[in-house]
Amino acid sequence: MKVSYNWLKEYFDLDVDPKVLAEKIERTAVEVDEVTCAADGLKKIIVGYTLDVQPHPDSDHLNVCQVDVGEDEPIQIVCGAPNVAKGQYVIVAMHGARIKDNVKIKRSKMRGEQSNGMICALQEIGFEEKVVPKEYVNGIYVFPEDSHVKPGEPVYNYLGMDDNVIDTSVTPNRGDLFSMDGNAYEIGAIYDKVPVLHHRQLETVDQEIDIKDLLNIKIDAPEDVQAYQMGIVKHVKIEPSPFWLQVRLMTAGVRPINNVVDVTNYIMLKYGQPLHAFDYDKLTTKEIHVGYSPKQTKFVTLDGEERELRATDLMIKDGDKNIAMAGVMGGLETEISDQTKTVVIESAIFDPIKIRKTARYHVLHSEASMRFERGINPATVTDALNEALQLTAQFGQGEAVKDQLSPVDPNPQSVEVTLDLTRINHVLGTSLTVEEVTDILRRLQFTVQVSDEVFKVTVPARRWDIHIPADILEEIARIYGYDNLPSTLPTGSTTIGRLTTSQQVIRGIRELLQGSGLNQAMSYGLTTAEKAKMFMMQESEETKLDFPMSQDHAVLRMNLISGLLDDVAYNVARKEANVALYEQGRVFYRTADVDRPSEVEHLAGAITGSMVTKSWYDKEVPVDFYQLKGIVALLLHDLNLEESVSYVANQTRPEMHPGRTADIYLGDHVIGFIGQVHPQIEKQFKIPETYVFELDLQALLDAPKRIQHYEPISKYPAITRDVALLIDKEVSNTEIVAALKKKSNHHLEDIQLFDVYSGKHIPENKKSVAYTLTYRDKHNTLTEDEVNQEFEQAISELKSTFEVEIR
Amino acid sequence: MGLHEQLEELKAKSLHEISSTDGLKRLDAIRVNVLGKKGPLTEILRGMRDIPKADRPKVGELSNRVRDNITAAIEEKRSELEKAVIEKKLENEKIDVTLPGKPVMQGEPHVIQQIIDNIEDLFLGMGYQVIQGPEVETDKYNFEMLNLPKDHPARDMQDTFYITDEILMRSQTSPVQARTMEKHDFSKGPLKMISPGVVYRRDTDDATHSHQFHQVEGLVIDKHITMGDLKGTLEVLAKELFGDRFEVRLRPSYFPFTEPSVEADVTCFNCMGKGCSVCKQTGWIEVLGAGMVHPNVLRMAGVDPEVYGGYAFGLGPDRFAMLRYGVDDIRNFYQNDVRFLSQFSKKG
Repeated sequence: MKVSYNWLKEYFDLDVDPKVLAEKIERTAVEVDEVTCAADGLKKIIVGYTLDVQPHPDSDHLNVCQVDVGEDEPIQIVCGAPNVAKGQYVIVAMHGARIKDNVKIKRSKMRGEQSNGMICALQEIGFEEKVVPKEYVNGIYVFPEDSHVKPGEPVYNYLGMDDNVIDTSVTPNRGDLFSMDGNAYEIGAIYDKVPVLHHRQLETVDQEIDIKDLLNIKIDAPEDVQAYQMGIVKHVKIEPSPFWLQVRLMTAGVRPINNVVDVTNYIMLKYGQPLHAFDYDKLTTKEIHVGYSPKQTKFVTLDGEERELRATDLMIKDGDKNIAMAGVMGGLETEISDQTKTVVIESAIFDPIKIRKTARYHVLHSEASMRFERGINPATVTDALNEALQLTAQFGQGEAVKDQLSPVDPNPQSVEVTLDLTRINHVLGTSLTVEEVTDILRRLQFTVQVSDEVFKVTVPARRWDIHIPADILEEIARIYGYDNLPSTLPTGSTTIGRLTTSQQVIRGIRELLQGSGLNQAMSYGLTTAEKAKMFMMQESEETKLDFPMSQDHAVLRMNLISGLLDDVAYNVARKEANVALYEQGRVFYRTADVDRPSEVEHLAGAITGSMVTKSWYDKEVPVDFYQLKGIVALLLHDLNLEESVSYVANQTRPEMHPGRTADIYLGDHVIGFIGQVHPQIEKQFKIPETYVFELDLQALLDAPKRIQHYEPISKYPAITRDVALLIDKEVSNTEIVAALKKKSNHHLEDIQLFDVYSGKHIPENKKSVAYTLTYRDKHNTLTEDEVNQEFEQAISELKSTFEVEIR
Repeated sequence: MGLHEQLEELKAKSLHEISSTDGLKRLDAIRVNVLGKKGPLTEILRGMRDIPKADRPKVGELSNRVRDNITAAIEEKRSELEKAVIEKKLENEKIDVTLPGKPVMQGEPHVIQQIIDNIEDLFLGMGYQVIQGPEVETDKYNFEMLNLPKDHPARDMQDTFYITDEILMRSQTSPVQARTMEKHDFSKGPLKMISPGVVYRRDTDDATHSHQFHQVEGLVIDKHITMGDLKGTLEVLAKELFGDRFEVRLRPSYFPFTEPSVEADVTCFNCMGKGCSVCKQTGWIEVLGAGMVHPNVLRMAGVDPEVYGGYAFGLGPDRFAMLRYGVDDIRNFYQNDVRFLSQFSKKG
């Protein structure tokens, strides 16, 4: 809320720098967005009076004005505004003036005529267009007669521009701070001052008429209406409201409209009580209903918009015809116009939830709905109505009807909360005394009774946010000052802080992948329907958002790779050809019978370009399957898994290259896959050759781990034998190794592949592979004969299994 | 010429030859030549039988000395020559040590991960556990258990992605706290936890908004927890993340799950409190929200608010990272440009 410093000063003596006050409000009550003084940065902007206005001889839209600016001689100003005329009090920026955005005004010639300044619109001196009275939006501003301005004087004071405005950001619990009265109570508590409220009584009344002859009200939805009152003012003359009121509204960010609407807005700012004014003569039945109208679905609001109503929108009706969306916005048809003579003013409290739903559904967050949603002070519903009736009568030269209709009386109830000193100090960590606490509660103007260090606090209705001891604790703490609280750390019994095994393993995996050259990526969990179900590792239903903001983030991912490919594409598009990324995060699987997916930790990586970059030392080596497999193998090795890991070619993953993809098995279970992205998919993502893997991290974390124990290092030497084979291309390394192992005993310690070759000098469907077999007896020295025999056995097994030539 | 003279002459000649040698091969040839079985020394010694017996020891002694002298000279020369060879070799092996080293590929943890790890380590050291929870939550745990009944106006503060009426993308990591509180056995001691993770809000992505971001929330529940403890903890956290020079101030705020509720600001790192565009001239930057756990929240989790109480706090690592490193667009965190990711070196 925009809180005017000058207005605040009407409540009590306030001799604090506005910036200091703002800081105090921020530390004690609510956040302050900014403190502004509209006159800051402006210079030499004064009141002028147009003595004479003549059309410019060389222009069809400019006028040459002689303007009294309080000097001996009038000055000449050329003005292009359509509404400039003789005999107006206007805003003049003199030669050397600074207007909005620090624009400097200089003496100049306009089409041959001397111009010694500028006659300004309100927008030109910094007013927001939305607060400028409509008739002055497209022209210069003209001071009304009752502004009593004097030519030559600065405009700032007249227009409230020297006021300081503290713009607060009110939290949902502090609806009371959406009113000047509420702010006065709050600041009064901070500075230990008692605010003087100027609530005007209803005086200008017509004694003759009984209001019941004019209007009746039926509350059809009593559960949604906590207070409902109406009053009537007759013989109103619709005019602009007094200048002081217009200025006050503009300062608060509200556009002046006419004397009736301005009064309702002024009362709303003052009391926090939204009011609505209807044109009585537009009511046909003279019977107001507050309730629902399920049959009518279209309604035109004040802003000219036609709204599709819902049966659950609380409405104000004239008979059965809608005239306002309760607490949100009035209707165009019954709005106050220049012809209005009799005004009906409504002061009410509606159910906050109902209002909130309607405002949200129709995206109609008005000043009124904002207040109704956060609650209204039931103690001032009637005061607000009375003052509104009085001011309307006064400014519109009419008379209010003596009584008001009040089908639902407001019911202000104070709340009693009990708490004791020990509890206060226990929760706050303070050592406050009874006197200190009592004093704070007194400053808040809560009634308090103390006995045996127990406080019985009576909270007035204007603080409807307070119900329980914790609420009172907050009041005490903030008025006492958070700066004054001690800084301590929790005491009590010791707890052990440590990561779980899984958390530690995940950290280890991240370190390993980073050490292997992969950057950690974080992608979006929500993606497109198409990407969500690529690279799937298991059957799953998709999980969709009900109302996504965009189709790009509409479905929960069921794989991590597609996100990484987006990242690769982003980099490649920016000429970053070498990309190596990994991501650790959740995928979301769902079965058809439930709405809520299960979440599984996954780990994925993607590499493209090169991981050995070109340097004076090395040639660039493009990434390939084996580069990524080396990293994945190291990772899986490091996990110390009990079951063995194996890689089995899989040609059927739709997004993967059929000849360059392996499923990764842990024992008999597939726990992931690795390979090249299918060239078609690469094309779709606009990425070059890219290798990826994805692992079910959860399965790896849950899998049994080997118990580690020391393996004595054999002191007996190893003996090696090399073998080179010419074998069918289709036979895999795994098959060859298995054959070599099949007839071997425990002396065969290791088999290392050291060469693979196909091409020149090798028959087309063959490949040449070479292995080193290492033999060792842990308890004896092996003899050459033993090794030869075992080696021969392994080779003969190989020969009997495959068509193979030993080279 | 007697043996004596012959030996002396041999010695002089040999020493001369040795000293004028410039190659190891030649030196070896001299050794074989002079000291070998067919060499002059052996030859001279053969003449021993021709001299009187009484003189033999003397000559023998002389001949030994000559042999030793020559041997020593050869060895000395050898080591001299070898040293020269090595020096030559080292000279040839010289490299330009200013050439760059062989590139080693090294990835970095994501900058947000670094901040989360940083916070985790701090709180682990203070006896907290790290607890993760589901990203797809129920309305009950995301809102209702946190004192946010349906249609509560504060729900507007967190515009939420729903999957069904009851199932949603968590808009905060607080549901993890509600779940943990519900399960915790307070007879076994206090609950001290932090819950880091991804959260989702209905927002259109732009420089300062992201529909996905991270939160770390903390919770401590015990019998004697004060608001002073909260203040002290937040100060430790702010100083860990921003440095010791920074002041912390608490301001009243509103969260339905805490009462009293506060927001914590730290001194603007950009202007050190003088006021600048980063802090909107206030000198302070808002970094976290916190408060004393609302009795309703305790009650709903089955904890007796008359006996137990505590504090909760929450902060956004994305915002921290933006502040700490001056990142001006939150989308950078999720686009994974390698030039961005590799900027945040973990060590030092």
